[in-house]
Amino acid sequence: MTPLLEVDHLRVEFPTRHGRLVALDDISFEIAPGEILGVVGESGAGKSLTGAAIIGLLDPPGRVAGGEIRFDGRRIDKLPYEEMRKIRGRHIGAIFQDPLTSLNPLYTVGRQLIETIQTHLRVSQAEARQRAIKLLQETGIPAAEARLDQYPHQFSGGMRQRVVIALALAAEPQLIVADEPTTALDVSIQAQIISLLKRLCKEHGAAVMLVTHDMGVIAETCDRVAVMYAGRIAEIGPVQAVIHAPAHPYTAGLMGSIPAMDEDRERLLQIDGAMPRLNAIPAGCAYNPRCPRVFARCREERPDLMPAGSTRAACWLHAPEASR
Amino acid sequence: MTALVEVRDLEKVFDVSAPWLNRMVERLPHQFVHAVDGVSFTIERGRTFALVGESGCGKSTVARLLVGLYAPTRGKVLYDGIDAAEQLQSARGKALRRRMQMIFQDPYASLNPRWPVWDIISEPLREHGLVKGDAALKVRVGELLASVGLAAADMHKFPHQFSGGQRQRISIARALATGPEFLVCDEPTSALDVSVQAQVLNIMKDLQRERGLTYLFISHNLAVVRHVSDSIGVMYLGRLVEIADKTRLFAAPRHPYTRMLLDAIPDIHMSGRARTPVQGEVPNPLNPPSGCSFHPRCPHANARCKTERPGLLTMAGVQVACHAVEEGRI
Repeated sequence: MTPLLEVDHLRVEFPTRHGRLVALDDISFEIAPGEILGVVGESGAGKSLTGAAIIGLLDPPGRVAGGEIRFDGRRIDKLPYEEMRKIRGRHIGAIFQDPLTSLNPLYTVGRQLIETIQTHLRVSQAEARQRAIKLLQETGIPAAEARLDQYPHQFSGGMRQRVVIALALAAEPQLIVADEPTTALDVSIQAQIISLLKRLCKEHGAAVMLVTHDMGVIAETCDRVAVMYAGRIAEIGPVQAVIHAPAHPYTAGLMGSIPAMDEDRERLLQIDGAMPRLNAIPAGCAYNPRCPRVFARCREERPDLMPAGSTRAACWLHAPEASR
Repeated sequence: MTALVEVRDLEKVFDVSAPWLNRMVERLPHQFVHAVDGVSFTIERGRTFALVGESGCGKSTVARLLVGLYAPTRGKVLYDGIDAAEQLQSARGKALRRRMQMIFQDPYASLNPRWPVWDIISEPLREHGLVKGDAALKVRVGELLASVGLAAADMHKFPHQFSGGQRQRISIARALATGPEFLVCDEPTSALDVSVQAQVLNIMKDLQRERGLTYLFISHNLAVVRHVSDSIGVMYLGRLVEIADKTRLFAAPRHPYTRMLLDAIPDIHMSGRARTPVQGEVPNPLNPPSGCSFHPRCPHANARCKTERPGLLTMAGVQVACHAVEEGRI
């Protein structure tokens, strides 16, 4: 199957007074139609930025400084703003973290949905309204027809996020970029929203790039997962393999530091130190100062993703013997 | 073992009415929120008691009542046999305040950005007159920083020079300065990344072992709570619905709300497991449901649940407030 989205050696830079900050470097991955790819990492690892680059919403002065993003075979990272606008929403939908700020507080929910539908699809006002009602019903909002004429502040946090999901699905996009869709919600609501997102995307055949810092959400939802560290992908592979047999020491550390529900440990595995700032990324592998298995090569040469068991990891431990 | 903290029928009501003029002109009624509504529990010396629940359930209000940041509307907080709620509001509260400290959720908001770490940590020492003289203070602040894994030289830096995890360690060092026995930790790791959260949780556990500290640990993250606590109270809309020790609560949750919360946790080790979808949302605390406040979301609710409020009953070592459990229906 040809991939729906191909990200190829993507590099995002922020020019500053003190030189260029490389926020994303050498990011490569693909998403197949209907697939759910998780992107996980700690704050500042570059997960949200990757999503923003794909939907063409990098905040200036940030810019794509290298590499390519191809959607359905067409290059989209260099498209003019108006061209990109036609793709965004129609072919690539977006869901953001905070459901309150992603809805316009001055317009009714119905107006926002109908406007989105009519922008992208050639349907009449009445048809658009019917579609909007159907979308709200699909996302599990009771009394959808009456709710259509209410304003976002009349909805609870969980209900708002349902509206945002309905908006993202309004034009039947092939890909949805969901950036921390459940982080602002309570645990019991999180579970509802995640299962809703998963079900709807399956029904509509949309692929999802799910950005989150919650490994639990990733485990339950995704087919594959990319683990990011300091602006690069540290490991990428099938969810089960990454969780149960992580190949990169950072993934292993990350998994060990999460308190588990089914085992008792007196101490959690801890990764000492913190992720480096963008202007102080160490030479060689960015993780080397914190890595328990660091050796000479890690400090000098930067590893690219290489096959490691059933995943691919950017770690010299997995280099073929000959070149070590 | 003796109880260090005993909370008896604690209640806190907040007046959230519209301003006087609006009430007169728009004929609005007075409105009150029962943030904490008859909560009782005890914490044994040297143990960790955790309060869990969703946002708005009153866990943080309980924390603030315990350290005297709020005065209770009704009920008592007994600290080592002393009526703490009353004494903390009076001039005699200073000696007691020294024995209990609080760690807040947001390490960015809870440290004064214009004070160097030295001032932040030495303030409680000076305020309580525990260490005399700058030289001795410096030594003590250095020791405190070392006990949370920071360097003594860090005392001259400002909060913005530290990462989130390091700031939370500074908060812990400040809380430890007066040599307290009891620490109230209100979501101490919620603002932190998982790897940093592990560092902070490990430090808290080490300190508890070394100094015999007693913790009230507040969190919405059940996995974290399971890791740190000895016994757990589950709160829903200002009331405790279940109190049990850790093993019992996680192995055999009794209250339907506890079961629902446990089902809602995404579990990284059981990929693909179907969760029981949680129904409904937390009702508006301004207008809580009658009877058991959980009944609109509860799959086991019957007529009695809608009218009669269940009390906490002890059954097989677990305290549960549920008619269905009491009647043996679940």
